[in-house]
Amino acid sequence: MVYNRIAFFVVLIMLGVISLAIYVFNPLDDFDNNLPPEESLIIERVTSGPDGFTAYVRGNGREPIKISQVQVDGAFWNFRQIPEGPINQLATAKILIPYPWVQNETHHLLFLSSTGATYDYTIDVAYKAPSPNKKTLFSLALIGICVGVIPITLGMLSLPLLRLIGDNSIVFFMSLTIGLLGYLFVDTLEEGLELTKISANAFQGSLSVLLASVLTFLGILAISWRSKPSTDGIILATWLAIGIGLHNFGEGLSIGAALSLGNAALGSMLLIGFAIHNLTEGVAIIAPITKQKVTFGMLLCWLCLAGLPAIAGTWIGTFTFAPHWNALFFGIAAGAIAQVIIEVTRSIWVMRVNLGDKFIVSNAFAGFGMGILVMYTTAFLIQV
Amino acid sequence: MISKLFKNVSNRRSFLGAGALLPLVPLFSSTNTSADNPADPKSICKSPLAHAGGMTTVGNVDHLRNGFDPHNLLTDWETGTVEKDSAGKTIRKFEIIAVDTEIEIAPGVFFPAWTYNGRVPGPTIRATEGEFLQIKFINMGSHPHSMHFHGIHSAKMDGISGAGLVDPGEEFVYEFRADPFGCHLYHCHVAPLKRHIHKGLYGAFIVDPDPKLHPQNTTTALSRQLGTDENMHWQELVMVMNAFDTNFDEENEIYAVNTIAHEYSKRPIKIDKQRPVRIYLINVTEFDPINSFHIHGNFFDYFDHGTTLTPTLNKVDTVMQCQAQRGIIEMSFSNHEPGHYMFHAHQSEFAELGWMSMFEVV
Repeated sequence: MVYNRIAFFVVLIMLGVISLAIYVFNPLDDFDNNLPPEESLIIERVTSGPDGFTAYVRGNGREPIKISQVQVDGAFWNFRQIPEGPINQLATAKILIPYPWVQNETHHLLFLSSTGATYDYTIDVAYKAPSPNKKTLFSLALIGICVGVIPITLGMLSLPLLRLIGDNSIVFFMSLTIGLLGYLFVDTLEEGLELTKISANAFQGSLSVLLASVLTFLGILAISWRSKPSTDGIILATWLAIGIGLHNFGEGLSIGAALSLGNAALGSMLLIGFAIHNLTEGVAIIAPITKQKVTFGMLLCWLCLAGLPAIAGTWIGTFTFAPHWNALFFGIAAGAIAQVIIEVTRSIWVMRVNLGDKFIVSNAFAGFGMGILVMYTTAFLIQV
Repeated sequence: MISKLFKNVSNRRSFLGAGALLPLVPLFSSTNTSADNPADPKSICKSPLAHAGGMTTVGNVDHLRNGFDPHNLLTDWETGTVEKDSAGKTIRKFEIIAVDTEIEIAPGVFFPAWTYNGRVPGPTIRATEGEFLQIKFINMGSHPHSMHFHGIHSAKMDGISGAGLVDPGEEFVYEFRADPFGCHLYHCHVAPLKRHIHKGLYGAFIVDPDPKLHPQNTTTALSRQLGTDENMHWQELVMVMNAFDTNFDEENEIYAVNTIAHEYSKRPIKIDKQRPVRIYLINVTEFDPINSFHIHGNFFDYFDHGTTLTPTLNKVDTVMQCQAQRGIIEMSFSNHEPGHYMFHAHQSEFAELGWMSMFEVV
């Protein structure tokens, strides 16, 4: 026991000695001759408005970065930085550039640091960024309703139909839900990883997304596994609504970001496409409760949990944009969805036990395959 | 999936822009939507700053720290020290030192330059046709350098490898006769050439015609010879068109005459309208095939390479030069109203990246 403690202190002391040695002898000394400062800049977002461009930038290197000049489309341009001065690592600044930009055309921004290093950003299609007034919020809410609330409502309306079918068909629909969730999981995770490419280095991009995802998954799992697996459809449906709601919040964020950045070509047709794509989400939520009595209030509650986050996401995504936070959110959402997959699988397992010999395995697999296929096909149709 | 959808959309002129969503609003709301209508001209950038004077570098360069002011460079003639040989002929001696210096080329943008005598462009070496020149070159820089003069000289004075290439800490004396008269240049001729030139190793080399040798054009020759009464009447300016690749991607970020972007548009060059203007124009711009000079509201005579006393181009307002091409511009504002007359590269790109200037005619 005593030896164990000594061993612990030996480790600590040796760590101290090594740190001291590195500090004193500095083996990197030979490699550090007059290197330019380790500075870097991330341009997180550029919006276009009546006063020109507004760029939101973040220091990305260990050394503060000083933005000395700004070029727009290969011309030095007047600008004002708020706050002024060098930008420290992870600190943000707003750069106002009074440039007469052209509607629906591409513009290139270039930021020159004091060392002459350049950081560029392309506005694919310049479009006046929506301003946060009542009317804009209302139209954004409409968009959120179109992609979130309406499709889920329609999906849930299939409840009377689902009540008519037998146990094994329920298994089919539950498995279909797993397929759908699997698709959403991959989609959400991909979305998060995509965002890390434009986040500051110190946030450690993809690692933070994966970590958030795993920790969320384990966290919720720990909570839910305190209870025994049950066939209680209400709990399951609630988990499903939460998972899908998180996904829809993310979807809203992406739509909002695209709208404010003006790099979206999102027509009304796309909206209808999304609605059809998300229809299955409503079916998924009610799949566990087809044999149970539920109140209208419960249905409304699930609808809100799953659908309303799309509106909130659209609002937040339009008026704020911090790639690292959004990426982290997508990580959390992916973790939550993964957990719901486990939850639904557990309940299918319970059904399998209850049904015994009557359980048709092929139904489960067919449902799963069908779930993925439906999501893939509707997504495909949106894009063509 | 959503972000991927957006990325796959064609960048340009999307007929269904993001705005296609917002017009949905009238379907549900009766309020007027003109403020958000993309077709409404009011919705684009209307800042007065954007249209008037928006195109500029922001801030000021610290010329004191740089050690040279572009306004002084215009008329700063390096005439060296004069000695006479036994036959009474003039020997003109110069001393040029290559040093590594960091210079501020646009407000707040610092460039690790290689320089002659700590300035870019290097000193304007000026002599008279036929004089014997001795240029002592000391290399205090971190790389081998040389001075390669555009002029008539022997092979061993050429400033290339094996003929006047100077290692760090060494020195060399270039000797040749100033010939032919004209507007010339010198630059470092060490490989890699592009890097050695665009880092700042170049300068003007002006050889004035000796009036005695040009009996048919004595007055013209006298007006070109520094220090004569005829010459004093002229306003002579040296302008070296240069550019800087600050991020070393083989493309210039900053263009200028005499190094500092937009300097002469922020502080215009004062011109006395009673006196004619002569510009020694030299192009050393690296990476771009040509550069040019264009004057507003006036026309000029142009002497390609300055090696003639009669113009090679009459009455033009734009002239272009490839790298190392140079010439003399002569013009007059005597019949002009006082005011600001712009001059710049007529590659709009170069003008907007710093090669934009102004004469203030008074």
